[in-house]
Amino acid sequence: MPKNPIHILLADDDEDDRLFFKEAFQEIKINTSVKMVNDGVELMNHLAQDNIQLPHILFLDLNMPRKNGIDCLLEIKQLAHLKDIAIAIYSTSSSEKDIEATFIQGANVYIKKPSDFNTLKKILEQVITVNWQYQTSGLNRDNYLLSL
Amino acid sequence: MKLYLKFDSNIAFKKIIQEQLDKLRLNYDYLGFAEIEIDDAVSGSEMKELDTCLNLYGIQIVETQKSVLVQKIKDAIIEMVYSEDKLPISNSAYLTDKLKQRYGYLSSVFTEITYTSIENFILLQKAERAKQLISTNEFTFTEIAYTLNYSSVAHFSNQFKGITGITPSAFQRIIKKRRENSINLKE
Repeated sequence: MPKNPIHILLADDDEDDRLFFKEAFQEIKINTSVKMVNDGVELMNHLAQDNIQLPHILFLDLNMPRKNGIDCLLEIKQLAHLKDIAIAIYSTSSSEKDIEATFIQGANVYIKKPSDFNTLKKILEQVITVNWQYQTSGLNRDNYLLSL
Repeated sequence: MKLYLKFDSNIAFKKIIQEQLDKLRLNYDYLGFAEIEIDDAVSGSEMKELDTCLNLYGIQIVETQKSVLVQKIKDAIIEMVYSEDKLPISNSAYLTDKLKQRYGYLSSVFTEITYTSIENFILLQKAERAKQLISTNEFTFTEIAYTLNYSSVAHFSNQFKGITGITPSAFQRIIKKRRENSINLKE
């Protein structure tokens, strides 16, 4: 793992979820730096700025006001400088149909929001570890699909 | 005016290394391709400066012997998983033989550097190979299971699902639809 932090960006409108997420990352042993935005519009504005640190992975909540996760996903995939960012969708839905649809639209990871903190921690740790392998071990990113 | 250039990357590489290390006034020995030994004690800030200078040329310092060992382990695993032959029965015997080190040592260094285990990394690589074979649409799942040393298709499917969270057939569907979508977008 790198001495430099792994940059993580989270877009979620739910304050409790954001807090949970931040705490989970503080507790796992991997060095991360977490930046958070409150909805899809804020996310796209953030990503449109010049000279920002692009995230190694973006966690995207599906249900957000103003601009939802799928719209953000589709927009990001159309933008040349953003389309290679790994995208992890997380949602309360666990229907196979929803999962497949987001993968087809270009998501790399699908996380069903867990109800307890320890499961969240375990899942995030797994995602970051696998993501790190895709960053460093020359794996084919076109085939990067992970559902948890 | 258009110029056509011919170059020797080895000479270019050696020259870059020489200039950068001279700039930092470090004494060094060139040990051969991609390996140098620095005779002086190097401070953290000097190391950082050297790293920054070399990064401009797309050269990275693979710092410690440990990360070099980890890279060798990864290479050996990838070679094993992508070989045309059947996979070896014992991963640990294969790696021990290939790297001439105790498996216990290899395994602990690997985990220390990558935060994942050798066994996990092998499973991940096998899943990657399976994905590659699936996405060619040239092989049945039975053929893929056999190539990757699984005792049955069920075993293969289970392990694939265990690692990726989706079944081989769902994976195939998703990749196919993604390709159709990207073709539609281009039209």
